[in-house]
Amino acid sequence: MTGTAFPILPTKPGVGYKAQHFASLLTDAGPVAWLEIHAENYMGDGGRPLAQLRHLAERFALSVHGVGLSIGGEAPLDAGHLARLKTLCDWLQPASFSEHLAWSTHDGAYLNDLLPLPYTARTVARVAEHVDHVQSVLGRRMLLENPSSYLAFAASEMSEVEFLVEVARRTGCGLLLDVNNVFISATNLGFTAMGFIERFPMDLVGEIHLGGHYADQDEGGAVVLIDNHGHPVADPVWALYAATIARGGPKPTLIEWDNDVPEWQAMVSEAARAAAILEPLS
Amino acid sequence: MTEAEFAAALLDPQRPVPAGLIRPDGTPADRRFDIYRNNVAVGLTEALRAGFPVVEKLVGAAFFAAMVGIFLRKNPPQSRIMMLYGDKLPDFLASFPPLAAYPYLPDVARIEQSLRESYHAADVEPLSHEVLAETSEAVLLGRRIRLAPPVRLIRSPWPVHSIWCANVDGGPKPGAGPQDVLVLRPGFDPRPHLLPAGGGSFLSLLMGRATIAEAIDAAGPGFDLPAVLSLLLSGGAITGLE
Repeated sequence: MTGTAFPILPTKPGVGYKAQHFASLLTDAGPVAWLEIHAENYMGDGGRPLAQLRHLAERFALSVHGVGLSIGGEAPLDAGHLARLKTLCDWLQPASFSEHLAWSTHDGAYLNDLLPLPYTARTVARVAEHVDHVQSVLGRRMLLENPSSYLAFAASEMSEVEFLVEVARRTGCGLLLDVNNVFISATNLGFTAMGFIERFPMDLVGEIHLGGHYADQDEGGAVVLIDNHGHPVADPVWALYAATIARGGPKPTLIEWDNDVPEWQAMVSEAARAAAILEPLS
Repeated sequence: MTEAEFAAALLDPQRPVPAGLIRPDGTPADRRFDIYRNNVAVGLTEALRAGFPVVEKLVGAAFFAAMVGIFLRKNPPQSRIMMLYGDKLPDFLASFPPLAAYPYLPDVARIEQSLRESYHAADVEPLSHEVLAETSEAVLLGRRIRLAPPVRLIRSPWPVHSIWCANVDGGPKPGAGPQDVLVLRPGFDPRPHLLPAGGGSFLSLLMGRATIAEAIDAAGPGFDLPAVLSLLLSGGAITGLE
């Protein structure tokens, strides 16, 4: 497999791959240097999705991003799903594999959303055990992504940064820093986004995510930001991203746009904006 | 608060929001929990809309959304691979009382689900026309046909192929009567094809590992074998003879 031609993600912009951008990517990638795919969309047996991926792997470094492992769940990881992930990673030899600090299955039902968990001594042990399990099955280091949160748990005993640092310390995993998620959670839960970035262990960050959100309100009139990956990256998120790069140095940076996916040129514009922040520091 | 309580309240809007979920000031995060409820329902609804556009067109967008809202709570996905979520929708449509007057809908949904399965099925090189042409008729009749992974058969007492075409391609208004439909995927794009009389029985037997001669017998008098073989060949449906 030619995926091994790209053993690491470049410290340049990448985009979340959408099938409608296939032709544009091969002819006019612009500043887009790498691609991220959602692992579960490539777990079919064949057909166009796998054929496109075969072509793309020859041209671009790839990041495989799982959305269904339920690493934050109470139950042990699903052996069948892990085996499918291994098959995909063994085939593609991606530059990176990442998953979320979240859960998405319960009692056999898959809820198709990234759900939150309290940050306690018990959950940190469980998540670390699950990350160990993933890394031993895949035979590679994974990146764990900070979530976007709409509410907090009265039961939490530590901050999200403390939680992620502890999981990384126990497992040796890296971290995927979603700057949009930091901005959303900070707004929704009432902490300072820059304070989060300042405490975040930038040396463990293997990748950054940027995506769009929109604003809603709760029953108390408080602004609640909703993470929908359906808009351009918001200006304050760009500012937070620039501050993050200034602090931690250039990192591979992904533009995520999963809903109301725009024309290719809009993806190129977003990637160019990230490149303008990355390049002076590269 | 346990994961079980969180999950149960997500899928059932009548349940109270689990205790211990809070806003920044420590008050209960009821409205914020609804964001997760909404994400789950919208995410699954969108997956079903993408998978069953003809069913949605036939029943209307508002009815479809309300109906799948009931379906997804009874049948949340059992797999993390969402590309095929909705395999239980045809049976649900058949047992959904408000749709009792539309008995053809489950088979329309079966065509749509078959198209999804076919799209993601394994790629297997089809048998070349030459190999088939070089095999004598006597030998051929005793052989079993190995069909390509993307091939699907839908047998219906309703004119579902015409209904599908009328709604996707703007085909003529459907008449009455049963139709057997074969989904084929030459290359990457699956299409449903109308089978001639006897074609459904013929394919059904082939899929059950009968010999070609046995399948022809089942197809009955007047069965147009050359037409069906030609359809199978052009659709890349034959991958081997056994």
